[in-house]
Amino acid sequence: MLKKLLGCVGKYKLPAILSPVFISLEVVMEIFIPLLMSKIIDIGIKGGGGVGYIVKVGGLMVLMSLMSLMFGVLSGKYASIASTGFAKNVRKKMFDKIQDFSFANVDKFSTASLVTRLTTDVTFVQHAFMMVIRMMVRSPVMLVSATVLAVSINAELARVFFVAIPVLAVALVFISTKAFPRFKQMFTRYDNMNSTVQENLVAIRAVKAFVRGEYENDKFETAALELQNSQRRAERVLIMNMPIMQIVMYSCIIAVLWLGGNLISVGGMETGELISFISYITQILMSLMGLSMCFVSIIMSRASVVRICEVLDEDIDIEDNVSSELTVDNGEIEFKNVTFSYSKNKSKCALSDLSFRINSGETVGIIGGTGSGKTSLVSLIPRLYDVCDGSVSVSGHDVREYALSELRNAVAMVLQNNVLFSGTILENLKWGNEEATQEEIEKACSAAAAHDFISSFPDGYNTYLGQGGVNLSGGQKQRVCIARALLKRPKIIILDDSTSAVDTATEKKIRDAFKDELSDATKIIIAQRVTSISDADRIIVLDDGTVNAIGTHDALLENNEIYREVYESQQRVVE
Amino acid sequence: MANGRPVGGPRGMRGTRKPKNAGRTIARLLGYMSGKKYMLVLVVIGILLSSLAGVVGTYFLKPVINSIEEGVATGYFDVRAFIMKLAVMAGFYALGVVGSYMYSRLMMNISTETMRRIRVDMFTKLQSLPIRYYDTHAHGEIMSRFTNDTDTLREMLSQGIPQMFSSSVTIIGVFVLMCILSPMLTTLIVAMVFVITFVVKKIGGQSAKYFKRQQKAIGSVNGYIEEMIEGQKVVKVFCRENESKEKFALINEELFDAASNANTFASVLGPITNNFSYINYALTATIGAALAVTGVLDIGTVASFLQSTRSFFQPITQISQQFNSIINALAGAERIFELMDEEPEHDSGTVTLVYATKDARGTLSETDARTGVWAWKCPQDDGTVTYTEVRGDVRFEDVVFGYDENKIVLDGISLYAKPGQKIAFVGSTGAGKTTITNLINRFYDVPDGKITYDGININKIRKSDLRRSLGMVLQDTHLFTGTVADNIRYGKLDATDEEIIRAAKLANAHSFISHLPEGYDTVLTSDGVNLSQGQRQLIAIARAAVADPPVLILDEATSSIDTRTEALIEKGMDTLMEGRTVFVIAHRLSTVKNSKAIMVLEHGKIIERGTHDDLLEQRGKYYQLYTGMFELE
Repeated sequence: MLKKLLGCVGKYKLPAILSPVFISLEVVMEIFIPLLMSKIIDIGIKGGGGVGYIVKVGGLMVLMSLMSLMFGVLSGKYASIASTGFAKNVRKKMFDKIQDFSFANVDKFSTASLVTRLTTDVTFVQHAFMMVIRMMVRSPVMLVSATVLAVSINAELARVFFVAIPVLAVALVFISTKAFPRFKQMFTRYDNMNSTVQENLVAIRAVKAFVRGEYENDKFETAALELQNSQRRAERVLIMNMPIMQIVMYSCIIAVLWLGGNLISVGGMETGELISFISYITQILMSLMGLSMCFVSIIMSRASVVRICEVLDEDIDIEDNVSSELTVDNGEIEFKNVTFSYSKNKSKCALSDLSFRINSGETVGIIGGTGSGKTSLVSLIPRLYDVCDGSVSVSGHDVREYALSELRNAVAMVLQNNVLFSGTILENLKWGNEEATQEEIEKACSAAAAHDFISSFPDGYNTYLGQGGVNLSGGQKQRVCIARALLKRPKIIILDDSTSAVDTATEKKIRDAFKDELSDATKIIIAQRVTSISDADRIIVLDDGTVNAIGTHDALLENNEIYREVYESQQRVVE
Repeated sequence: MANGRPVGGPRGMRGTRKPKNAGRTIARLLGYMSGKKYMLVLVVIGILLSSLAGVVGTYFLKPVINSIEEGVATGYFDVRAFIMKLAVMAGFYALGVVGSYMYSRLMMNISTETMRRIRVDMFTKLQSLPIRYYDTHAHGEIMSRFTNDTDTLREMLSQGIPQMFSSSVTIIGVFVLMCILSPMLTTLIVAMVFVITFVVKKIGGQSAKYFKRQQKAIGSVNGYIEEMIEGQKVVKVFCRENESKEKFALINEELFDAASNANTFASVLGPITNNFSYINYALTATIGAALAVTGVLDIGTVASFLQSTRSFFQPITQISQQFNSIINALAGAERIFELMDEEPEHDSGTVTLVYATKDARGTLSETDARTGVWAWKCPQDDGTVTYTEVRGDVRFEDVVFGYDENKIVLDGISLYAKPGQKIAFVGSTGAGKTTITNLINRFYDVPDGKITYDGININKIRKSDLRRSLGMVLQDTHLFTGTVADNIRYGKLDATDEEIIRAAKLANAHSFISHLPEGYDTVLTSDGVNLSQGQRQLIAIARAAVADPPVLILDEATSSIDTRTEALIEKGMDTLMEGRTVFVIAHRLSTVKNSKAIMVLEHGKIIERGTHDDLLEQRGKYYQLYTGMFELE
């Protein structure tokens, strides 16, 4: 899993390698400074080396710290290039992957969760990556080289470390492993509390209308108290880190001073060496601390890594037949024993055993109650989903034989929850056809009964739409979406309840325009209102995922009970 | 959403903002901890102990080393005196450990409790705010006060401030120690501090502009991601995957460019301060040694001073790192307090809703039993109490209202609904239909004209009691996390299982609920995503039914239910509405046809009113709407 993510380093491999190299060099420079200092004391002051020696070695020390500064800065620079570059690649890879998602894949993740994965999670991972190429290198290098130097100065004294390091390491590991599950619990409670807030924000009118403020307050108070308790449980463990670290460090200093003092008194060691030894104690133990902090933050970012990998590893269940050179020649559609289910579990079918044929150029209406499978049925035509059983053919070939782009360019679908993007109306329309001329655009808009209201705007086709097309009314949005689909000059056009907010008179105009200008194209219209489809060539009545009847308006009124019921529920008042 | 984090949670990448009035914010934060005065004193003592013990311990290197040196020089090593000195040193260190554990433990308790209290206060405040507040503030904005802002604040309380304090104490302590050890070497250190401050300032100034650019780039990347993911299905239908990928690559590259520059500045700061302390260490060692050779200083002093320089620069680095996050946290705290300072929903109502019993002469008296008879309890000026039966008589008299002052939504509306009548509102979006119902339940207050309920001006009725007497099924049905039964029970918290099932049957929801995997105990996730919009509306209707209120408001209550199902629940709805005053807003005219009176609204005015047949006869707007000659949006 991690390997896949690390592949995202890509062309930032060089800085990702340079950064640890430089940081190691920085450590090496740093580590020699206390040693040189001990030479100054032992040879310069006490050994009679004099001021000349002191200045010479001192100069070397300054030089080394300057080099260390340089290496440190370089490492910082490369680390930030590598980590932001890594984040960039991860984001890009995820985004591209999501673009390739099929509808089923998109359904599986919620929109909000995908956005969080692409933003927050990537940031967490970026920080963790930075941590790994800097601290995770710095600390062990420091630990090892300081220990080596300490041993080389005085092996006997260095034994103190061989007791201290394992003790501290065991303590840190113990604390981390104990803290982790507690933190996990804390995060879950944190999420719970936040979702309570979120829910209340969204449903505030319901809360106020039912006068449930007190009730919600109690609910929240419990959640906040639970969070506090688990927070305390988790942090109680974590704050042990510091005192343990201090105890070990201070014990080391005392032990080194005691043993060192005795050694010096018998001539086994120099004073300067003892002083440098104390410096190494701090460096070694601090690096262990740093290491444990690294582990904590890596563990914490693990959840983010998992969530990112879930996206990257998602199997795209629609296989694009890219190499296919088949073209969609006409709008003929055939369903043969089609069974379809949204979940892998086939016991709950959205559609079962559908068979029918639609001729090229025909206008077909689809009607049925909520959950009867209308949207599912039409989604299969542009292959937004794959069938479980049976086959769907367009223009005489199974939809799976076409390249997706060929199929979808020939099948225009106006979705139920259609979306316009921020940009001008013109830019949005051009989604249908990048090369469309102004004339073609106006023609499509006229057919969709959108030209008049667009022209009435001060900026006309260049009117800027906010995100989601917020400045248009529901019916206007729907008409722009229809025009956008028309610009594709499709062989098949599908309207999935796309005129629900358009008044019946305007809707009639659109239908008439369809008849005149899209005479060759197959038109499929899903509607709630019987009036929207009553003049279709044929009407399919769906009920619970099966075809209940197919026929003309008149025929169905005559002999289909469901159709008659729907019709009556809407017509009763007109009489 | 597989193991998803909170949706409105931190959007990861955020920038630094400055607090407007840090002093007042800090004072207010301290106010939250005022109950913990003694604990805070202990925390201060703990911090002082831990930092000073470190300083003193470092100082003790001097006598310890000197006593070793003496032993070497004189040939006699006084072991007892040496042990004594080490023991004193160990004692100070031990004090330090105790102090640091004490303060971090206490601070943890204080900070977690403070955060809980702040959260609860914030949430309680939120509940008390008027609907208007929710209209004018984005959810994400409010949410981030619960997530981002409280997170940074907690970090500041539990880590930032104690560390800042202990670092300052250490710096002062070490500085005093250094002055005692060698004033001359100390001047060198001070000079170095100036150099570092200069360098850091220089870099800080440079980085500010890159951080600004980074913020902007983050904004555009996040915006693009949100928009494209929302519209993912449209992208697919139009085969625009490649275009969207290309555009993303472009803005992603821009973000990288800004972020890598900004991050470089941030990540070189650490090595710079750290290595300056080494340069300093080297200079100190050289000069100190030279002074020792000439006999001005002893070796113990040099050793102790060297250790001091290290412990002098570390806290400086820490403070420079903490500073930004503290500024950030204070800005967050300010936003939290801003929310808490919002004006709550105003309520001067004194009339309350009580259960009553009616005796033979029709006199009402209050009772605790759920009699099914409700009464308004009106306290009079002279201290007596009168009771008025709740019947559901609602009248509007010349009501004028606008959400903001310049835009009038309702313009002189007068209407009446007699007990048990069904009144419908029809009109296009923005005509003011929903506004009327929002005024009845006092989501908003009426500036001009008045609304009476059973003859009482609704301004005199306590809001909670007023709303309890109104059952609402709203346009957007919001369900809560919990079981289906819990959601229906929301209408009446002590409803029995039988009552819930009866209400569900009334709304024709019983059959699909029974088909859910766990029936009434099926847990609905956030906002009921596993139900269809129509099913959610049915549950919302059941929720209103179980509340059994004298007045019902149905705002597009059946808009997502297909006409056939609607016909099925019609009988249930009729039973539900029986004997109640009902206000109905509907898109579908079939729903309102059997109303006692239909009001056609346009531009905040009632332009037509009458029964269905009257209105058709008038051949006015209603007729046009009805025959599909006019667009309803």
